[in-house]
Amino acid sequence: MSDLFSLIFTADFLGSVIRMSTPILFVALAALVGSKADVLCIAYEGIMLFAAFGGVVGSAYTGTIAGGLFLGLLLGMLLIGIFAYFVLYLHTKPLLIGLALNILGSAGTVFGLYMLTGSKANSTKLGSLTFPELHIPLIKDIPVLGTVLSGHNVLTYVAFLSIILVQVFIYKTGLGLRIRAVGESPKAASSLGIDVNKTKFIALLISGVLASLGGIFLSMAYLPYFTRDMTAGRGFIGIAAQSLGAGKPILTGIWILIFGFADAIGNLAQSFRLPSQFAQMAPYLTTLIGLVLINIPRDKKKTDNPL
Amino acid sequence: MEALNYRDDTVLTMKDITKIYSNGFVANKDITFSVRKGEIHGLMGENGAGKTTLMKVLFGLEKPEKGQIILNGQEVHIDNPLHALEYGIGMVHQHFMLVGSLTVAENMVLGLEPKKGLLFDYKRAVKETEEIAERFNLPIDASAIVNDISVGMKQRLEILKILYRGAKILLLDEPTAVLTPQETSELFVQLKNLRDQGYTIVFISHKLGEVKELCDRITVLRKGEVVGTADVDELTELDISRMMVGKDVDLNIAKKEADPGETILRVRDLNYTNQFGKKALNNLSFDLRRGEILGVAGVEGNGQTELSEILSGLLRPDSGEVSIKGKSIIDMSIRDIRLTNTSLVHEDRMIYGASEEQSIIENIIADRYFQKGYSNNSILNKKNNYEETTALIEEYQIACDGPEAAISTLSGGNIQKVVAAREFSSDPELIILSQPTRGIDVGAAELIREKMVSLRDRLGTAILLFSADLTELLTMSDGIIVLYNGEIVAYFPEVKKINEEILGKYMLGLEKQSPEEIGGVIHDK
Repeated sequence: MSDLFSLIFTADFLGSVIRMSTPILFVALAALVGSKADVLCIAYEGIMLFAAFGGVVGSAYTGTIAGGLFLGLLLGMLLIGIFAYFVLYLHTKPLLIGLALNILGSAGTVFGLYMLTGSKANSTKLGSLTFPELHIPLIKDIPVLGTVLSGHNVLTYVAFLSIILVQVFIYKTGLGLRIRAVGESPKAASSLGIDVNKTKFIALLISGVLASLGGIFLSMAYLPYFTRDMTAGRGFIGIAAQSLGAGKPILTGIWILIFGFADAIGNLAQSFRLPSQFAQMAPYLTTLIGLVLINIPRDKKKTDNPL
Repeated sequence: MEALNYRDDTVLTMKDITKIYSNGFVANKDITFSVRKGEIHGLMGENGAGKTTLMKVLFGLEKPEKGQIILNGQEVHIDNPLHALEYGIGMVHQHFMLVGSLTVAENMVLGLEPKKGLLFDYKRAVKETEEIAERFNLPIDASAIVNDISVGMKQRLEILKILYRGAKILLLDEPTAVLTPQETSELFVQLKNLRDQGYTIVFISHKLGEVKELCDRITVLRKGEVVGTADVDELTELDISRMMVGKDVDLNIAKKEADPGETILRVRDLNYTNQFGKKALNNLSFDLRRGEILGVAGVEGNGQTELSEILSGLLRPDSGEVSIKGKSIIDMSIRDIRLTNTSLVHEDRMIYGASEEQSIIENIIADRYFQKGYSNNSILNKKNNYEETTALIEEYQIACDGPEAAISTLSGGNIQKVVAAREFSSDPELIILSQPTRGIDVGAAELIREKMVSLRDRLGTAILLFSADLTELLTMSDGIIVLYNGEIVAYFPEVKKINEEILGKYMLGLEKQSPEEIGGVIHDK
């Protein structure tokens, strides 16, 4: 155990926390955009899997990273487009269509994988590409900090940059204003001639781009290939981080790092003699504890109105 | 009272408007209504008279079955609110259409956001808001969050919003209902200012004093029809009250003298403050006796809803005492209150009265499914419930496809019969009955009224009857109390001696009885 602790407080480990936070961060941002439009999309698992698979296939067959990015985003957007259409125009319950799409994401990618490679486990045969790592000049030479902050995958930097982009988009653009308006008070928005469904649809598509990037990160950066169900619940953990953050960017960021930390611990513990099930439990246990902690004070605020 | 004459300054005419809702309720019947440029026109009438419906037709929110809208001499078709705004017609709804977490300026420009490159130009939004506020002399803090501003300010923002969008005709649906007296007088100054700048205002209200003070002309509606249009100066408050209240044909209900017994419902010093901080009930005290129907009269919004909800356990009062058959119900759950043999017919039929997607059986047993006979060892007794419901369908003449038909397949009148069948068939000793016949057909209304009388005479049921239909109140009640501003302002122990006109004076706050007379409704000294 003491070995474990001595490993946690190393620069390498902190770097891996940032790496593990990346996909969760993408999903949390996706969920944030969705929540501003008051649509809870639980299909991020499926969307990420589709995007991760699309990234591998696209890059393998075109031989370019751009091809992977394109196909990954396309498949991810296709899935959230279906979600949005069903929820907004056919009035399906978001939970049902979300579940269906998650199952489709899991099974559909395995099916595609088997068709293309003959393997149901991973895509190593395809020889797909990965996004490059970025070594930041100057910072990379600072001891400790350099190891923590530099040398990450490009997508990790994109994720952290997206925090600012999403912030600007939501709070500084006309579309962002409309998204907040339709999310909070659709009647007021539509009384001013804003097309509520269209606005929500656009918000969901943007949310889909972010979640897809999270999926692409998994198969084109975190690992150099696709494996079945490689999201491992990150699509849900991202939603949890967003809701635990209660719309507050810094609080959300802290939760993402906590989840990233739990994920990294999980990886680390596997290399020790701890039963791997315990280690793998860490992120989910953290989510559960977090949800309990955050909901206890909320519940008390409820009035004693019998209805 | 002048006939409708078309003058040069008539800016808008609604001609022969008829609006029938899908449940068959005729909300507007051949209404012809016109306003002149630069006037404040009061649209008056009791609740359910059709004022709001008429304005919704004008604003494109309701499609009329028949009728024309003529704007500046030309017929126009208004299918939705955006059309209305294009024609320069803006509406301020009773419930504000604002996004609470956004700022005043953001709400102002929503949908027409000024841009600077890709970004929303918030500074210009603030500037435009300040400019328009200044132009109309309606100062407002453009960068305040809407949730933080007062109700009066929210209303001002709503008015500014439609002015910003170019409205020349402003429809205000009971704008003073949520305002304090100070805010109301401020609003009146602002509206008169707008009028003097050439804007036309339609002011919906049922408050006499306000209309007298503010409006140039009024049109009074009653039961979906126009009673008349006149200059306000030509009318006294009493005239308007007469026009609003009116007199209808007598209802044909056979009913003998009441023979009241001991007190069933006892209410003392009841106080309730609503969500706007307004005192909805102010030291209310009265008694309701066995075998008595006590009518509660009042213009809507004077405390009736709050009173009926407190008595049935849906709301908790600030202070005061309510007891049924000597037991305090203040801390009781709704089921415990019902188990004292109390029934409730809520005024909101589709929310509290019936469950739309469930069957008639399920709606009938909703208050008794847990009792023996209706379920045994937690399993519903299907046969018994089917048979009892079938019997009730027959007794209450409910037109339906059978006991398993969903409530949503029934007409409004038949839905109310289902509610009445449930509430009346549990042999209640006390019934809180709110607007039992509102918006339903004559046949259903008559049946419900007959059942009320039979309950009173057969079981000695005490009935508290809230109704906006004065004819119904005067026919059905043995005694009547009048609520005004959350207070009992009159008690009439003998209904035969009064009429609509007398009730109207008290309901509209023109008169108030002495405390001794009002105290007559306390029988349990």
